[in-house]
Amino acid sequence: MYARVMERITDVAIAGVLWGFRIAVVLLVVVGSALTLGGGRHSAESWLSLIVSGAVLGSIYALIALGYTMVYGILRLINFAHGEIFMAGTFGGYFVATALSGIGFLNLNPITSIISVVLMMAGAIVVSVTLALLVERIAYRPLRNAPRLVPLISAIGASFFLQYTFRGFFGPGIYAYPTVGILDAQVPLGIEGFRVKWIDVLVIVSAVVMMAGLFLFVQRTKLGTSIRAVSEDKATAALMGIDVNRAIVMTFAIGAAMAGAAGVLYGLIFRQVYFFTGFVPGIKAFTAAVLGGIGNIPGAMLGGIFLGQVEGVGPTLFLSGLGVPSPNQLRDVIAFTMLVLVLIFRPSGILGERVAQRA
Amino acid sequence: MRNTLRWSAVLTGMLLVLAACQPASSGSPGQSTAESASAAASVDAAAVCAADEAGCVEIPSGEPLHIVFWGVLSGADSTLGEDSKRGVEIAIDDINNTLLGHDIQFSTEDGLCTPEGGNTAAQKLAADTTIAGLIGPSCTDESLGGMQTLYDAGMTTISSSATRAGLTVPDRPAEYAAFLRTAHSDYFQGRMVAEYLYNELGLKKLATVHDGSGYAKALAEVARTHFEELGGTITTGGDQAIAKTDTDMSAVLTAIAADPPDAIFFPVFIAGAGYLTDQAKDTPGLEDALLMSADGTFSPDYIKAAGPAALGHLISSPDTSKFAAGYQDFLAKHKAKYGGDPLSIFHAHAYDAATLVFAALEKVALTDADGTTFIPRTAYREALYASKDVEGLTGPLNCNASGDCGAPILAVYKVTAREVGPPVVWPPEAPIWAPEPDFYTK
Amino acid sequence: MDDTRIRFGDVPWGAVIRVGLIGAAVAIFLCLVGIVPVFHTRPLIKDVISLGQTSVVLALLATGLVTARTADMRGTLSVLPGAVAGAIAGAGLTALVILGEVINVRAVFLNASPLLYGILTFGSGIAGSWIAIVIGAVLGAAGSVGARLPTSSRRPLTTFVLTLLMGGLFAGILRTAMLSTPLAGLGRLLFAPLGLTIVGAIVAVIAFVGASELFHYTRVRDRVNGMAPAQQRLVTWPLLAIAAFAVLMLPHALGPFVAQVIALVALYVLMGLGLNITLGLAGLLDLGFVAFFAVGAYTVALLTGTSEFGIADWPFWAAIPFAVLFAMVFGAILGLPILGIRGDYLAIATLGFGEIIRILAGSDLLSPWLGGPHGILNVPKPIAVQPTHFLAGPNQIYYIAIACAVLIAFVAWRLRGSRIGRAWLSIREDEDVAEALGVNLVQTKILAYVLGAGFAGLGGGIFASLVGSIFSSSIQLFVSINVVAIVVVGGMGSIPGAVLGALFLIGVPELFREFSEYRFLFYGAALILMMLYRPEGLMPTRFAAREVHLESQELGADTVVAAPTEST
Repeated sequence: MYARVMERITDVAIAGVLWGFRIAVVLLVVVGSALTLGGGRHSAESWLSLIVSGAVLGSIYALIALGYTMVYGILRLINFAHGEIFMAGTFGGYFVATALSGIGFLNLNPITSIISVVLMMAGAIVVSVTLALLVERIAYRPLRNAPRLVPLISAIGASFFLQYTFRGFFGPGIYAYPTVGILDAQVPLGIEGFRVKWIDVLVIVSAVVMMAGLFLFVQRTKLGTSIRAVSEDKATAALMGIDVNRAIVMTFAIGAAMAGAAGVLYGLIFRQVYFFTGFVPGIKAFTAAVLGGIGNIPGAMLGGIFLGQVEGVGPTLFLSGLGVPSPNQLRDVIAFTMLVLVLIFRPSGILGERVAQRA
Repeated sequence: MRNTLRWSAVLTGMLLVLAACQPASSGSPGQSTAESASAAASVDAAAVCAADEAGCVEIPSGEPLHIVFWGVLSGADSTLGEDSKRGVEIAIDDINNTLLGHDIQFSTEDGLCTPEGGNTAAQKLAADTTIAGLIGPSCTDESLGGMQTLYDAGMTTISSSATRAGLTVPDRPAEYAAFLRTAHSDYFQGRMVAEYLYNELGLKKLATVHDGSGYAKALAEVARTHFEELGGTITTGGDQAIAKTDTDMSAVLTAIAADPPDAIFFPVFIAGAGYLTDQAKDTPGLEDALLMSADGTFSPDYIKAAGPAALGHLISSPDTSKFAAGYQDFLAKHKAKYGGDPLSIFHAHAYDAATLVFAALEKVALTDADGTTFIPRTAYREALYASKDVEGLTGPLNCNASGDCGAPILAVYKVTAREVGPPVVWPPEAPIWAPEPDFYTK
Repeated sequence: MDDTRIRFGDVPWGAVIRVGLIGAAVAIFLCLVGIVPVFHTRPLIKDVISLGQTSVVLALLATGLVTARTADMRGTLSVLPGAVAGAIAGAGLTALVILGEVINVRAVFLNASPLLYGILTFGSGIAGSWIAIVIGAVLGAAGSVGARLPTSSRRPLTTFVLTLLMGGLFAGILRTAMLSTPLAGLGRLLFAPLGLTIVGAIVAVIAFVGASELFHYTRVRDRVNGMAPAQQRLVTWPLLAIAAFAVLMLPHALGPFVAQVIALVALYVLMGLGLNITLGLAGLLDLGFVAFFAVGAYTVALLTGTSEFGIADWPFWAAIPFAVLFAMVFGAILGLPILGIRGDYLAIATLGFGEIIRILAGSDLLSPWLGGPHGILNVPKPIAVQPTHFLAGPNQIYYIAIACAVLIAFVAWRLRGSRIGRAWLSIREDEDVAEALGVNLVQTKILAYVLGAGFAGLGGGIFASLVGSIFSSSIQLFVSINVVAIVVVGGMGSIPGAVLGALFLIGVPELFREFSEYRFLFYGAALILMMLYRPEGLMPTRFAAREVHLESQELGADTVVAAPTEST
């Protein structure tokens, strides 16, 4: 009897803390936003700018997140090294870009500029995909049937190894993408105090196009179907005559290609690349994948955009009204709090199904 | 041969036994050698070593003299340590790899730019009784972590890039006696920035951004405080911070632009400064704001990172144009040895730190009849503090009692089309402004 | 069969060429990543061979060895495949030198410097580029001979190579430790400032190869195994006592630096054991361990610190229980909302918590109380003693950490067999089944999580005292990752495994600080290799090892999880 009562009490206490947490966070968000908006320090145009920069960042997160989510979907593996695959892409694009810039092709005229960007993407994708397949072959494939934590540690090892390999190859210094003139120009919108560059447009549009293409590929083509089948159930898929190995390799290749393309877009916006470039976007993209519901391709897009917006707008909206000093220092605090909040309400992410039992 | 073998085997056995029960030796190394190395050690050296509180470093004839650079050599800030390390290496090349009749053995220790990194590195350095000269660390945090250990071991280090003001104030804690520096103090740098912006340019409104590192936070604070003392104002939301790994600065810039300042001072590292410069020009309301960063960005890498937006950017930094004539020579040697430009601004300070170390070692070293060199540790520390008018690349070096060895010669640089390139040309030809000499004594 | 001369055409040339090309890729990688040129200044044996050269030599030897295993040929021609593969690998280096002569490889790869080409050609320029091929062929042949030798002669050879490697790497540390003792002369004789001396190399090889052969031929192990249990105890107990004594004397024998390193190792052992409960027993992947580490560290710093941030000026011993308590309270508060989340979702949520605490600790928001990036200084050591006392500096921390680790090991061991321990194991195996059997999921999980948090807090508190300060920059995701890696590398749920894991992942990188950035390269490679060849961990529990092997046998013929069976 006593034990039953105690259990009941702890249950109530747990539920109380849970609801307390939910209410506290929601309250903080609502009050903070109200105070900020009521304070009226920022114009509508600056909010728009924040939303655009959030969308740009979010698009990049989303492209990287695809690699995480697809690999997780098929292998239940957190591919920690994926951030480094992205970083390799930024380097691949960088060397193509400097070569093209060196011969004066990059900024010769708008057409050569576009060709150059395409070539940079091609270079980045080649580097990323090669590296991802090597990592898969060496660090993951032999461990496919080992307990779940084993490939995770192997992935963490691969991440360190790649980071410091690139440091060894290219040194600790910063490499900077050359400026592509036409992309650096403003889009003539005619709104005072609100600016969008062509590069922003390019990032968002190409991210959407690539993700739509990927979605169609996975849904409509034979190879895509085989990937989906393998992520549902490997053994059955094998019995159905699907080449499981090929499907897995394709998954890694596609994820890496997306990361490589994201690398070039990243380089064009933020310019700087060095051996540590991939680490933070990698973690963020994984967070985005979880937010959206890991294993779910539209979820990764949604998670990326959501995270980008939270980071872009969040600190200013939620915190500056509360008088928090240096709110932008805390952007990741907001991002991760949002993640926890989403997971509390929807334990499998925004679009995720309840398949997490696999863990 | 067989005798040798038997003898070695016996010795190896003894080694194993002794290694297990040997208590940490606290006796002065001077005494222990008297029995093992040379009974004929001159009375002179033995007496000096016995009298020296921390004992002697001894370098038997034919053994190398050990010089160590410690600082940040891995991770995101490793350019800072790498740059200083190269300065020391060139200084060693310049004395033909020999000092006091010994070859120089140069090694490095990674301090990771963190206090516990500095602590562990210092423990390792303190345990190494062969170290004659110590140069480093790169960061203030490493100094804070390692100082007590080095002090307890009777060692002295001289840093080329740890600039926080508190390290060399007259009332610093006792263990800081182990620390000197050729770098300037941020006390001067922050004040100079404020004076330049307020007095010279007549700007009234300032905003600062730091990146959560101890260096940036402290420097931004000095600049803000002094700017207000002079009569200027800090804008609403003008004390901002970013995270070191942030790449998208639009939110922080928008927050600053809500109350547009005349100038933004961001004493952050290269990557962050590059993003801020590049993205500020696209932020409505900040078109006319002057952008300024500090010595951490005095590097061609910064120009590459910021791109065309770097044009017109201001950097506060040591005044390379007032460096001694040998500096051009140094740059040439650097290019030949490492295939590129220096990575940061503190290579010359590191070269000078090495020069001071060599000079002090030569001053206090004693050599006995066997050619064994003895370096009394406390006397060496005193010799460093007593350094006067040593010729350095950054100018004449004079150490004072609180540990400052270089005269702070700071200036403001403006990035011009020549530097932006392409190709990027570095360093800028001359600063655009420098404070009056009496600024440093006020 | 063995005696028939094999014909040229019998050799599987395709496989040989493939191995050769992989060898070439590895050798080129070693050059371009900088290991060859950078470590060329670090001798293995003074005036004989540098570490940089050793790395290439080992790569070429391995090429030959693998070739011999792949193309299993016998007879007089048997060294041919190895030699050819080695030559191909060497030719890769030749190609690198020639390429470097023709185009400016250095524009992309910083390490493709004249220095590197000088090393590869022994200073003879492009004319000497063929040398690499010859050396490759010789070493490849040697490697393939090595692969074919009977065990009795291969074992001493392996010991020989390992002794030289270890001796060369640890020479500096040993020498430093010996120089402040009466053994200084011997230290100078055996060890150069970096690497072994020639005398040292000979002595080390004789000592170790001799000892290992002696150990083997006297059949010590067989004899001990053949004894009656009572007799075995007679042998093992004194050995254990000696080992315990050695552990206690270690900081005194090897000096303050090694004491600092092993104190850090002991600290991670302690945290590894803590996580072993959360992860090893209950199966909760916690990537935010550093959050509770931070809570413990800041609690101790605030309660004992004498700086302006100190609030109580308490002794360490009074503060440490609060560090543990606060960490557990924090664990409960953070854990409650998220423990309903399963699997990898939980992992990323805890990772988020770690990041949140890290950022908050360094933020302007909390810096009036926590010092932000400027940290809290002047955290006193638990026992105030003179610098010359045997408990001075890191030594006392080492003993405290060891004592705590023993305590935690005991708690963990007792818990495992208890009711709650079995409940944890059942959750780890299958949450739904456990729930159906009447295990209260949230309560059981929260207990595991809170216990883990408490141990992390203990580790953090001791850490603050070890370093004498706490800065926001010490609170890093890397701490969490390290602890997880220690648990997995050591063997999930295994207590000696956590010790080995911490020694290997914390101790070894700390000892080799002078390799700065390359430490992390090796750290990464070691994690991968460890998982490939010992997925069950260095010292697995019997249960876990069986699990790994059963699973890989059941599930896939294509797995290469070939852990040696005698280890279980």
